[in-house]
Amino acid sequence: MSSTERRAEGAAREAYPQVTVPEEKVREVVERARLIRKETVRLIGIAKSGHYSSVYSCAEILAALYSGVMRLSDDPEWPQRDRLVLSKGHVAVGVYPLLAERGYLDREVLDGYTRVGNPLGDHPDMRRVPGIDFSSGSLGHGLSITVGMAKAARMRGYDEVRIWALLGDQELNEGQIWEAAQAAGHFGLGNLIAIVDRNTMGLDGDTEEVMAVEPIGEKFRACGWRVSEIDGHDPRAVIETLTAVGQAGGDRPHCVVARTVKGKGVAYMERARTWHLGYLAPPDAEATLKEIEAR
Amino acid sequence: MTYTAPIPSDPRSWDLATSAKLAKSLVAGQVLADLAEEDERIVVLTADLMYSNRTSDFAERHPDRFINVGIAEQNMVTMAAGMATFGYVPYVSTFASFIGLLCAEQIRTDLAYPGLPVRVLAHHAGISLGYYGTSHHATEDISIMRSIAGLKAIGPCDAASAAKALRATVDEPGPIYFRLGRGRDPDVYEPDDPRFEVGRVARLREGDDLTIVANGITVHAALQAAEALAADGIEAAVLDAHTFRPFDGETVVEYVGRSKRLLVAEEHNVQGGIASLCVEAIGEAGLGPVQIERIGMPPDEYALIGPPYNLYQHYGMDGAGIERRARRMLEVAA
Repeated sequence: MSSTERRAEGAAREAYPQVTVPEEKVREVVERARLIRKETVRLIGIAKSGHYSSVYSCAEILAALYSGVMRLSDDPEWPQRDRLVLSKGHVAVGVYPLLAERGYLDREVLDGYTRVGNPLGDHPDMRRVPGIDFSSGSLGHGLSITVGMAKAARMRGYDEVRIWALLGDQELNEGQIWEAAQAAGHFGLGNLIAIVDRNTMGLDGDTEEVMAVEPIGEKFRACGWRVSEIDGHDPRAVIETLTAVGQAGGDRPHCVVARTVKGKGVAYMERARTWHLGYLAPPDAEATLKEIEAR
Repeated sequence: MTYTAPIPSDPRSWDLATSAKLAKSLVAGQVLADLAEEDERIVVLTADLMYSNRTSDFAERHPDRFINVGIAEQNMVTMAAGMATFGYVPYVSTFASFIGLLCAEQIRTDLAYPGLPVRVLAHHAGISLGYYGTSHHATEDISIMRSIAGLKAIGPCDAASAAKALRATVDEPGPIYFRLGRGRDPDVYEPDDPRFEVGRVARLREGDDLTIVANGITVHAALQAAEALAADGIEAAVLDAHTFRPFDGETVVEYVGRSKRLLVAEEHNVQGGIASLCVEAIGEAGLGPVQIERIGMPPDEYALIGPPYNLYQHYGMDGAGIERRARRMLEVAA
């Protein structure tokens, strides 16, 4: 076989079957992403500091996961549910509103975000929050958690259960990520899907200046993963790709590199390093909500 | 020119497999394999050390529930946490230095904080790897583990107590750190010995002149020392402080209240370990003047190079060393 043929065969192996979702499903993702962005403004307004822009880069991804991509039920403890581990745990503020929407959380609890004794903190706690599948916050741990979950699901014979990990991009500097990536490839965990929110920025600036993470796809491929790339803000691409990848199974873990924009959806936050952590005073919050509503 | 080594023929020669057989008190693989016959939750993970820690005994009988993660200890601990959320009870095992120290954060954040039933088998603790050197020693792990909320921590001193501790804790809902030795530790307990009870300091010898508190390799040594002292009419109590989290300070206080003399011997830095736990308990109980001596690794030293038992002699952790320190405390010549 020639190298061209080998490349063609490799590409064919990488390709996922096309999935088409109806237009109303795409609109559902758009509206849910808008809800995430608006609620993030409201909740961080209570805490008076939080990670707006890290949530905004993955708003469409989270919205799609909770718009039918993940297999969930009314019972947050359902053993056959899909699991989601927020390895970039600082986006929890964008997930809590979705848990409330599903009825896993009471509205009053959501409204007390980060206040003394409330279960909802900046980083999620599985023992306090129904619907959170693992406590996170220390970057680099999440992929190992999901490798353990995916391995366990296979051992249990839970063939329908998929395990999803949401990773940050600068987080890929952590050594433990690659320990987990090689293990997932070695164990052939086709029930594991890692989504990399490739918003190109860490806290201190551009990932490639701080500590380069590229070539992300090649690194995962080298560890035995199937890799696909999407525009992480195209609601149709996001839900169709995640659905297709989730259905693929097989004997190789799946990595979706989602090209995103940090702070997406609020013009002055987009690619602005200073908005990794921040607080919007009431008049600014109001203007920001208007912008989110208008988009 | 290629050099070809002669085929070893001296009967004193041994290989990795023979070495593993010498580690008679590394019983976890065997005990867990037995438990796993009845208990489907048990899984065992190791990091390219299955023959050194004898988890191979488990792998042979339950290959489907044995996972070798390669040399990736942090991934092993965190993976086990993920598995525990699916109802498994994972036992993760490797050298104490590569788990109690290297994975301290994973143990805290991924096991103890969510309260998951993962068991850490931290073997070859202390300086028991001798001339392998400081990279392979763990003389700080008691100090680290004792401050992790929600964790239980137990350091059995021999095969019988290790087996009993493993069997007694299978259904514990939270994580456990087992601090284990090199596997060639002398026997102290009988199988299923009633004196050994997880969570309680074991009373191995009575005596009102001096209280010796030991842990791990120093338990047998303390008993030897107490025998030697008894020949001179000195009666030393010997307590095995195996469980260091939670710590049974009450029993220590009871004995030290009578003897007013405490000698702690441990294969750990003298700061932050068993001695510190005892002193805290005594202080909180307001026992008044107590004479206290500590045997262990000096506060600012890493161990010399040498075989383990020579190192124990050098640092006074053996029977003779404990006896010597006791005589000094009591001002009784040998």
